[in-house]
Amino acid sequence: MTDRNAFALGRRGVLAAGAAQILVLALPRVALARPTLEEAVRAFTGGTEVQAGGVRLDIPPLVENGNAVGVTVAVDSPMTPDDHVRRIALFNQSNPQPEVAVFRMGPRAGRAQVATRIRLATSQTVMAVAELSDGSFWSSQAKVIVTLAACIEDLS
Amino acid sequence: MRSLVNAPKTARQGEIIEIKAMVAHPMETGYRTDAKGAPIPRNIVNRFTCTYDGEEIFSADFFPAISANPFLSFTTVATASGPITFTWTADDGATQTATVEITVT
Amino acid sequence: MTRGQRLSAWLLLAALAAPLALAGEIPRDQRRSGADFMAPETRAMQADDTANPAMLWVLEGDALWREPAGAAGQSCADCHGDTAESMRGVAARHPAFDEASGRPIDLQGRINQCRAERQSAEPFPPEDDRLLALTAYVARQSLGLPADPPDDPRLVPFQENGRHLFERRIGQLNLSCADCHDDHWGGRLGGAPIPQAHPTGYPLYRLEWQTLGSLQRRLRNCMTGVRAETPSFGAPDFVDLELYLMRRAEGLPLEAPGVRP
Repeated sequence: MTDRNAFALGRRGVLAAGAAQILVLALPRVALARPTLEEAVRAFTGGTEVQAGGVRLDIPPLVENGNAVGVTVAVDSPMTPDDHVRRIALFNQSNPQPEVAVFRMGPRAGRAQVATRIRLATSQTVMAVAELSDGSFWSSQAKVIVTLAACIEDLS
Repeated sequence: MRSLVNAPKTARQGEIIEIKAMVAHPMETGYRTDAKGAPIPRNIVNRFTCTYDGEEIFSADFFPAISANPFLSFTTVATASGPITFTWTADDGATQTATVEITVT
Repeated sequence: MTRGQRLSAWLLLAALAAPLALAGEIPRDQRRSGADFMAPETRAMQADDTANPAMLWVLEGDALWREPAGAAGQSCADCHGDTAESMRGVAARHPAFDEASGRPIDLQGRINQCRAERQSAEPFPPEDDRLLALTAYVARQSLGLPADPPDDPRLVPFQENGRHLFERRIGQLNLSCADCHDDHWGGRLGGAPIPQAHPTGYPLYRLEWQTLGSLQRRLRNCMTGVRAETPSFGAPDFVDLELYLMRRAEGLPLEAPGVRP
């Protein structure tokens, strides 16, 4: 659009242009339609109620860069054949999709503990849910503030 | 893909050992566009498995929120001498396998 | 505002709001690695070879070192043997004077030169993973050794040009490297700490890049940050700047391949 055309636009035109811009902005935001954190957790548990506690979620409250945030999840469990953790899943609140990872383990793990590095697109809540061998689900969540790196690359 | 795995070479029977595994992979999310605005197709490592003496002891499903060059650390009980094998599988079908031998006394 | 504009605004704000500090080079006993300014988690990532993602490139470099390449069918190892001996300290002494061009050459440039002349192979393009892998692998052999730029009088004019580039204000924000990294290190730029800008961890894994990158890539990021034109990879000015940075970091232990946010 040249300056000349911009001057020629009436109120209706400006509104239309505004609406077009909103549409353009909205298009890549498929993420808006993503399932919520709660919906993703429900898909993981099959609808079984999740109880808070029993899970330790270690994640820094403030991170320097959201591209690699260290997370450790540990569950209080004897990890015996009769009483162990079957799965641990990680979820996020505000990335383009809520799932992060699902880990499967059993009594041979000895300890119900796993660590990885995750991406956080912005400051948000991260949640860990553990499935025990008795079919119960336990969870813990943490808020993480993500700061931006200085001097990033010119991507254009 | 190149991988870097770490497990103790020796352990006592019944000891809980820590295993670390990392693989070189960009973990392309599928949510990015290239310089011309065209979407870059998703290509992530979507699955990791670890077998010990032939039996699967740990596995993981990964989503795009796992960092580039995925890193994992987990534990297992040293049961017998033998191979611990790690396998990563990516969306495009590429796989990477690494094996370490452990001696259990 | 885009992320870039936000950062630029922060930059400007930081530059304006900061008190006037004494300008000038950082005395030797006050020199600190960029790692000192990082969060404990990021420091731990660098310190643990089994968790430092840059080690994937070192591993790759180790394999490439032994692999014959080019028309000559020679590997790096065929001439240089075991890197633990032959390459120890080499990264700490680069950029060094290159007789052939009569100019300083950095470690990456040296590897590409060797590749062209000894292996009769195509030089690697800038930021090529193989070039970064070999550079990281060679630099790793100087781990813990102090930065020790050569005392070669022929390097002096290039080092002086490097200093000039470091102190020259550039870009729409009209900032020099020295404005931040000599005068305001230890301060903050938005949420990020301002380090002293030492080259001793390169090539390094920058979380922002999600990959390994060269010092030149990082310098280009800084230039973009102050909204200046960026010279192309391999530009003589970059090597002169690298040379000055190495002099400015003299005595600091090498820590390549590092990790930075």
